[in-house]
Amino acid sequence: MDSLIGLLVAAPLLGAAVLLCGGRRLDRTGHWLGTALAATSFVIGAVLFFDMLGREGEDRALHQHLFSWVPVQGFQADVAFQLDQLSMTFVLLITGVGSLIHLYSIGYMEHDERRRRFFGYLNLFLAAMLLLVLADNYLLLYVGWEGVGLASFLLIGFWQHKPSAATAAKKAFIVNRVGDMGLSIAIFLMFTTFGTFAFGPVLENADRAGEGTLTAIGLMLLLAACGKSAQVPLQSWLGDAMEGPTPVSALIHAATMVTAGVYLITRSGAIFDAAPTAQTVVVTVGAVTLLFGAIVGCAKDDIKKALAGSTMSQIGYMVLAAGLGPIGYAFAIMHLVTHGFFKAGLFLGAGSVMHGMNDEVDMRKYGGLRRYMPVTFVTFGLGYLAIIGFPGLSGFFSKDLIIEAAFSAGGVQGWVLGGATLLGAGLTAYYMTRVMILTFFGEPRWKNRPAPSPASPDVEPSAQESGEHAEPHPHESPRSMTIPMIVLAFGSVFAGGLFNWGEAFVHWLEPVTSFEHPHPPIPIPVITAATVTMMLLGVGVAWAQYARRPVPVVAPRGSLLTRSARRDLLQDDFNHAVFVSGGQHLTRSLVYLDHTVVDGAVNGTAAAFGGLSGRMRKLQNGFARSYAVSMFGGAAVLVAATLLMRAV
Amino acid sequence: MNPVNYLYLAALLFTIGATGVLIRRNAIIVFMSIELMLNAANLTLVAFSRMHGNLDGQIMAFFVMVVAAAEVVVGLAIIVMLYRSRHSASVDDASLMKL
Repeated sequence: MDSLIGLLVAAPLLGAAVLLCGGRRLDRTGHWLGTALAATSFVIGAVLFFDMLGREGEDRALHQHLFSWVPVQGFQADVAFQLDQLSMTFVLLITGVGSLIHLYSIGYMEHDERRRRFFGYLNLFLAAMLLLVLADNYLLLYVGWEGVGLASFLLIGFWQHKPSAATAAKKAFIVNRVGDMGLSIAIFLMFTTFGTFAFGPVLENADRAGEGTLTAIGLMLLLAACGKSAQVPLQSWLGDAMEGPTPVSALIHAATMVTAGVYLITRSGAIFDAAPTAQTVVVTVGAVTLLFGAIVGCAKDDIKKALAGSTMSQIGYMVLAAGLGPIGYAFAIMHLVTHGFFKAGLFLGAGSVMHGMNDEVDMRKYGGLRRYMPVTFVTFGLGYLAIIGFPGLSGFFSKDLIIEAAFSAGGVQGWVLGGATLLGAGLTAYYMTRVMILTFFGEPRWKNRPAPSPASPDVEPSAQESGEHAEPHPHESPRSMTIPMIVLAFGSVFAGGLFNWGEAFVHWLEPVTSFEHPHPPIPIPVITAATVTMMLLGVGVAWAQYARRPVPVVAPRGSLLTRSARRDLLQDDFNHAVFVSGGQHLTRSLVYLDHTVVDGAVNGTAAAFGGLSGRMRKLQNGFARSYAVSMFGGAAVLVAATLLMRAV
Repeated sequence: MNPVNYLYLAALLFTIGATGVLIRRNAIIVFMSIELMLNAANLTLVAFSRMHGNLDGQIMAFFVMVVAAAEVVVGLAIIVMLYRSRHSASVDDASLMKL
């Protein structure tokens, strides 16, 4: 069984190699090959899962040592895999959702002539992500971490002929680089402290290191998590990442890659448990991002960017839960899995809507689509009910548990975090209801367009301003797109209840993450009631704002908060003012310093020697009498010196 | 007569010779000034020889005169060649340096 672990990574890696090196011969069949290899990985994952179920709690983890990567005295870097319950959860999520999205992409990317390359990148992503969660040491995890960053860059910029997509890809890559720096520093610190970076020794000996060191490691790991998981202050790339094709947004920027930060924090739980300061920072980041993402999500008119704000906010929930320590790890991962289902489903639904609407993304130009896209409507609706936490669906269970755990943090912290999560629940309900109403209910707002001119049926959809492109004909998407949506909708509905059945999920993860029952200061039914009330309040406000009166096609100016939220709460302006301008000033002053001080010293020395030798040259003038003067002078000096020495 | 007076005379002659070398341009005059300096030195040798009462200085003076005679031959030959090539006996015209 152990040897199967390597195959999990090898299958998609093979796919990536074949598809990216195979050339145009594979254009016809490449997408099926990619999908088949992703599915192979899923089947292997399922086999390993059932095999794991056959063993008892502590014995479930599998290890496979592949080879020694850097075998040096005192520095052992191994390529070795570890498959425990936490990794298994991720493997099933990644390969399961990944395979579905491969299937979906066959239909979605049908008209793209570079579809084979797209599937190659998707397989590369799967391989890197599996490497990330299967690694048994931080160095190999780092390899996977960089791999998913690369795949994310390639896929965001897949339509690189669009300048906005190329810029978004660069932005994601650069912002992630800041976080990656944190991860590498954390690994350096681990190596100097523990002498190794394998999970086992580091995490077992974590409490023996000083608290200061652990806090530093924890904060660096958090920085890494912030970069990868789009948490404040490194959140700015996720909104722009929506420039990529929608399946990419669903797989990488909603379900799997952006949750790598949560995986990192949960995996390094022992370090955070021993560093309370770092934990406090983690929950703060989680709580701030939770509200930040929700507020951004409330204001966006672009359906994918609204969902991106929502992703940010939901990952904020997970990070918050992971920062709470043993009472929260299992809930963070549970929310991660349910979120993987419903958010991937929502993104695929959004992609399906865009597919039927000529790639229009502005929700103000949708409306009344439920009649034209029944399957999309129902699956999107189920995902919607799941994310807002409608009782009985996945999101209800996982989010409610996080809110309970937040209240259990104790003291003032507990009340603040609990309040933030409750407020977040209300905001979630508000913005998702807004998306739902704007897209599927109300009057169709895409009909009263100027009549299409006959010459422009193939006009790029980005030419909206000209108002010249054809009126969209909303239609249901092909079956390869609807089947994944239906499967994910099932997950959105039932996963939470299934996981919560007799606390099955918590007990499953307990050997890895440890678990303590939260004890909130107020009774659990009261918290649940408050959550549901907040949800209904959010839905009610959104309904009153968007369903009871017609929605203007052009967005109204809005309040100051709305306008700043449309600009992602000024995060880009902040980054520009502080880091871009600051960096430019720094480089300019350094260049100036280089030109004046360094070059000045070098050039000055050269000029001084040049000038001096120019003057010295004059001594050698060829006039015999001038030489004679030198001789007489020298002789006079010698005589004077001799006389002086005698006199003394 | 006090032999020290010969030393004063020698110093005077040497000064005249040195000044001639430094300020005159004509190679012949410069050459003559050099001879003057040589003979000033000879005079000192002879004067000291007399003062100390041995002949070492006088013998040394003969050697100097012999060497000076040889030097005059070489020096005059150089001056003649210089004059032939440059049509001038000025020592400054002998410089080929660019300034």
